Amino acid sequence: MASCSVEDVLARAEKEEAEKLKSISVHKELELEFDLGNLLASDKNPPDVREFKQQKKEEFLRSLARGNTQLLINELWKLPTERVEEVIVAKLPDPSTRLPREKPVPKPRAPTKWEEFAKLKGIQKKKKTNLVWDDVHKEWKRRWGYKRANDDTKEWLIEVPATADPNEDQFAKRVKAKKERVAKNELNRLKNIARAQKIKVPGAGLTPASQQSKAELQMAMQVAKTSTASVGKFQDRLPKEKPARNTGKKRKFQPLIGDFSSEKQKQLDMLKIMDGKKPRLDITKAVNKQMREEDVESGSKRRKTPGKKGRKGNFSGKGKGKKGRAGGGGKNRKPRMKQGKR
Amino acid sequence: MRPLTDDETKVLFEKLSKYIGENIKLLVDRPDGIYCFRLQNDRVYYVSEKILKLATNISRDKLVSLGTCFGKFTKTQKFRLHITALDFLAPYAKFKVWVKPGAEQSFLYGNHILKSGLGRITENTERYQGVVVYSMADVPLGFGVAAKSTQECRRMDPMAIVVFHQADIGEYVRKEDTLT
Repeated sequence: MASCSVEDVLARAEKEEAEKLKSISVHKELELEFDLGNLLASDKNPPDVREFKQQKKEEFLRSLARGNTQLLINELWKLPTERVEEVIVAKLPDPSTRLPREKPVPKPRAPTKWEEFAKLKGIQKKKKTNLVWDDVHKEWKRRWGYKRANDDTKEWLIEVPATADPNEDQFAKRVKAKKERVAKNELNRLKNIARAQKIKVPGAGLTPASQQSKAELQMAMQVAKTSTASVGKFQDRLPKEKPARNTGKKRKFQPLIGDFSSEKQKQLDMLKIMDGKKPRLDITKAVNKQMREEDVESGSKRRKTPGKKGRKGNFSGKGKGKKGRAGGGGKNRKPRMKQGKR
Repeated sequence: MRPLTDDETKVLFEKLSKYIGENIKLLVDRPDGIYCFRLQNDRVYYVSEKILKLATNISRDKLVSLGTCFGKFTKTQKFRLHITALDFLAPYAKFKVWVKPGAEQSFLYGNHILKSGLGRITENTERYQGVVVYSMADVPLGFGVAAKSTQECRRMDPMAIVVFHQADIGEYVRKEDTLT
């Protein structure tokens, strides 16, 4: 019994060993193609259709996936490995499969106003050389920027033009002109961005133009007036100056779900005021009342003349109109001039 | 959706008071819960607080209706009552007009009420007073404006208009797609 069991155990162990080995090696008709950089293995073997139909489909797919993964991992083990903090790490080669890009291709930048104009006129960019000859220093210097050739900002003497004011500072004039050009360029840049994004051009209406309209001037003045530390509160006004338009308060609404009881109270107060405003004497109503009295009286007279039994006192103008819901006729002989119960 | 401003509330109350007079107080101050007026898409809705809170979950452009629509503000900030307000006008109406069964249909088709169709009218109704129209069986049919005072009505010829039509319950069928 014991010997038998020992043999059995040995045989089983051998079998298990074989199975383990077998499980590492997977047989394939065609070799798999690997792209280890992407951890990708592609199996070009046609799937065994018959087996797929006979076997449980899930199980078949799972075993296929397991086999292919095993092959991929076998391949990974062939790579040079190292040990980093108790973990074995393989260095992956560069991926060979080209993957499609995640994001769409960026759109080209919208052309600036100048680019549009240049395209319309057929103006082409000309490449200028970077270095130019400086006659003063007798050497090649950069065309633009720091230490540029023929630098007019470095001149120590400027000739005053014949037409210019002799007391004018020509250096300051140059600096000012330069600053204005920079500012103008900056504005154009912002305008181009605004146009590309289809938003309102910044500062429109306030930018200096050669010919400003009346409305533009007005707007510029209003902006200037409110551009003080106290937001124009203490600014002087011209005698007949009109207040600027669109500068009023913005309307503000009560919260949708606020204090219901105060809302109710406000409405009740409003009703009270509305009630109080009603006129005490309503002329048309008084006249109507008078007319009705007369109607009633004449009706009673008519009935009295032919009738043998004239009813006195309470009657409702029955003969006159079927629609009349009789009021207490006799009681109200005198027209009451006041409306409502008080 | 928002509460009415003071001006809007005033316009609304002035219009309502033509039909129900000082009974508006009963609409504002109700013992059975909190009810309020809310403006949505130019229409005024009379809503209980509970429904209002539920409706806040729905975005403004998707919200079609809530509570009871009383009417709408025109672009010139006048207020027009809708037939849906009849449920609240009828019980509190101060001036009523009853229509004869024969003239009921004509009124429900959107026509004015003629003297011949007039069954009864509240005493002391003034000219241009807002009135609620009932059938002879006391079913509210709609509302309108008295074209003549009660006194003048008696002397009119039968084809004269007595009540100008404003809204009637036939609109539930005729204006089915716009009524909210």
